[in-house]
Amino acid sequence: MIPELGHFALVLAFVIALVQAVVPLLGAHRNRLALMAVGRPAALGQFLFTGFSFACLTWAFVANDFSVEYVAMHSNTATPLIYRITAVWGSHEGSLLLWALTLSLWTVAVAVFSRNLPEAFVARVLGTLGWIAVGFLAFMLVTSNPFTRLIPGAAEGRDLNPLLQDPGMIIHPPLLYMGYVGFSVAFAFAIAALLTGRLDAAWARWSRPWTTAAWVFLTAGIALGSGWAYYELGWGGWWFWDPVENASFMPWLLGTALIHSLAVTEKRGAFRSWTVLLAIGAFSLSLLGTFLVRSGVLTSVHAFATDPRRGLFILAFLVAVIGVSLLLYAWRAPKLAGGGSFAFVSRDTALLGNNVLLSVVSASVLLGTLYPLFLDALGLGKLSVGPPYFEAVFVPLMTPVVVLMMFGPFLRWKGDELMPALRRVAPAFVASILIGLGIALAVGHVTWRTVLGLALAAWVVLASLQLLAARLKERAGASATSRLATIPAAWWGMWLAHLGVGVFIIGVTMVGSLENNLDVKMKEGERVEFSGYTLLFRGVRDAPGPNFAAARANLELFRGEVDLGTLQPEKRIYLAQQMPMTEAALDVGLFRDVYVSLGEQLEDGSWIVSLHYKPFISWIWAGCVLMALGGILAAADRRYRRLAERRLPAAAVQAA
Amino acid sequence: MKARSKRLILVGTGVVLFGAAVALVLSAFQQNLVFFHTPTEVVEGKAPLGKTFRIGGMVEEGSIRRDADGITVRFAITDTAKVIPVSYQGSLPDLFKEGKGAVVQGSLGPDGLFRASEVLAKHDENYMPPEAAHAVAEAHKAAATLKQ
Repeated sequence: MIPELGHFALVLAFVIALVQAVVPLLGAHRNRLALMAVGRPAALGQFLFTGFSFACLTWAFVANDFSVEYVAMHSNTATPLIYRITAVWGSHEGSLLLWALTLSLWTVAVAVFSRNLPEAFVARVLGTLGWIAVGFLAFMLVTSNPFTRLIPGAAEGRDLNPLLQDPGMIIHPPLLYMGYVGFSVAFAFAIAALLTGRLDAAWARWSRPWTTAAWVFLTAGIALGSGWAYYELGWGGWWFWDPVENASFMPWLLGTALIHSLAVTEKRGAFRSWTVLLAIGAFSLSLLGTFLVRSGVLTSVHAFATDPRRGLFILAFLVAVIGVSLLLYAWRAPKLAGGGSFAFVSRDTALLGNNVLLSVVSASVLLGTLYPLFLDALGLGKLSVGPPYFEAVFVPLMTPVVVLMMFGPFLRWKGDELMPALRRVAPAFVASILIGLGIALAVGHVTWRTVLGLALAAWVVLASLQLLAARLKERAGASATSRLATIPAAWWGMWLAHLGVGVFIIGVTMVGSLENNLDVKMKEGERVEFSGYTLLFRGVRDAPGPNFAAARANLELFRGEVDLGTLQPEKRIYLAQQMPMTEAALDVGLFRDVYVSLGEQLEDGSWIVSLHYKPFISWIWAGCVLMALGGILAAADRRYRRLAERRLPAAAVQAA
Repeated sequence: MKARSKRLILVGTGVVLFGAAVALVLSAFQQNLVFFHTPTEVVEGKAPLGKTFRIGGMVEEGSIRRDADGITVRFAITDTAKVIPVSYQGSLPDLFKEGKGAVVQGSLGPDGLFRASEVLAKHDENYMPPEAAHAVAEAHKAAATLKQ
């Protein structure tokens, strides 16, 4: 009964989404307030019914209702409760439901926090979001209903893919979807602005906190996914340039360009049509990401089901979204007045350069991800594009982005003198090259990549400190605390996020340069020396789990004579599908991880053990955390809220 | 400098830099494509010697053997028509099994042994790497054509 209620709620959500898509847009077009006012309650209704539907599916998992096909395929009575709940988004149908729920959540947030925006604009934003919801809900109802019954019902479920039975599964997909889907808000704002024909600084100011919030979620989601892959997949890599990772990385790159371009549009009124194009692009790539990950076209952990109808539907949807928005863009954008002019040496130019480069990187990732699929689809042969391509492209293109990132904030808007600007950054620049060379020599690994990475990171840190010092000097005379207090949150956000890039580069460079791997055959009581550590193999014991049987190894880790504790990597067999799984064990540290995973057992009773030494790998996640924190600070800047307070009395007067 | 010539310089620099970036991307792309071959194609000599490529197929029953060092593993990949011997160092993916689909990436030595640097297996019990399925399907197709 409850699954049927969930299905019915989904149908109702679809109907409400249709109303939300049509009525407010019509109202905005005809200038009828009553029609426009339908948007907010419709958004709320759509959220409630989608939420109810989601709760019904969750209940089916919790109650082990194996008469629902989706539950029977992805859960089991022995699956721990938390993974029965996360199994809701463990595969195609449920993750679409999560997508729809996330979209309705963002829509309600827009409806609630947009009281200070013009009604016609809000109506257009909600209408656009309504159309996206219509597309996704229709997709689910037509091709991917999670509530389909299995007749007769199964006695026992097949269990969730063991790779997904991990704490990472609880938080990674929801965060990632908040990011993906969050760009739909930036997209809807851009479409609403195109429909209004008013793309001005005010539009950029309204759009900025939303875009930054989505970007924060996406950053956190990608970082978490990377960390999860690192400890779960058992071979110690943190980024594989796997198409699924690329699918989330492309919108991130374009989203990063978008938040910078929005800054220029807000401050200077420039780059307007470019900003709109980026908003369309970032959301289109999010949709493409969903298509890539969830239609089964990829050889990947994430693509379980293969059903060409689904792929076709998303492809048609994608073409419709991109086509309609580009048509609208082509129709409206030429009417936009150009922004303010700026000189060659200016912050505007630096940001333009950053935008172009990020877009090129995004396009090159797209090329490497889609080209094999295209060739395959056209029957022209099978090939793959591996990590070497992405690395060969990424490093040379992102290096100038980082240079511009540290040079740009020292330049004034509109125009600046080149020589004084260069003189400002020169000392830190020279110092960082020396630091990069010095550290590379000290760790005994002098390659151009190591030196480049360390020098860039050093420059980010030095230039950030210099920027802070310059900012504090601006109000000479005031006390230090009041000077710190007057710096707006948005500035701190920028500063912290940029510093995060530096920390991230340190991590990537050190892991890439100094990591060490070793596969050894070990017997009980044997020792092995590895990267300055000693590991003592204490043998393997049986360790039964709730829905798996495991062989658990005990390895004692020593640094010299100091005992650093026991590492317990496991080899598990998940019982429902007899599927083997490797569970690595890590000794995590600020400056290095020691990572151990258990291979297979050999005929003579010894085991193959994979050892990994990962210097500074935590700095990669720390950098991402700083970037996300920076984004939170920037989105929470009082400026955006002050605007709301100032507008409110005026609106009240109008209403009266 | 006049505003117009300034803009020309700006646009010109932009175009040149953009062109350089595109050239970089395309040349990196050309150099790093990894082609895929079926075991039959490899036996027919269609795969390049000494260059990295991929082979997909089934792991032949009874072919997995460990060398005395315990680290080097040897097995054979087949599309049911032809068989390619493979050697690999390190631990194998969890789902690597005899009689199941797998894809190996590496290069072919003059001795006919494929030295794999990467071994990919399917991700769950129901799922076969598309390349492996493709190789077997091609071999069956070829066999069917021969019979006619």
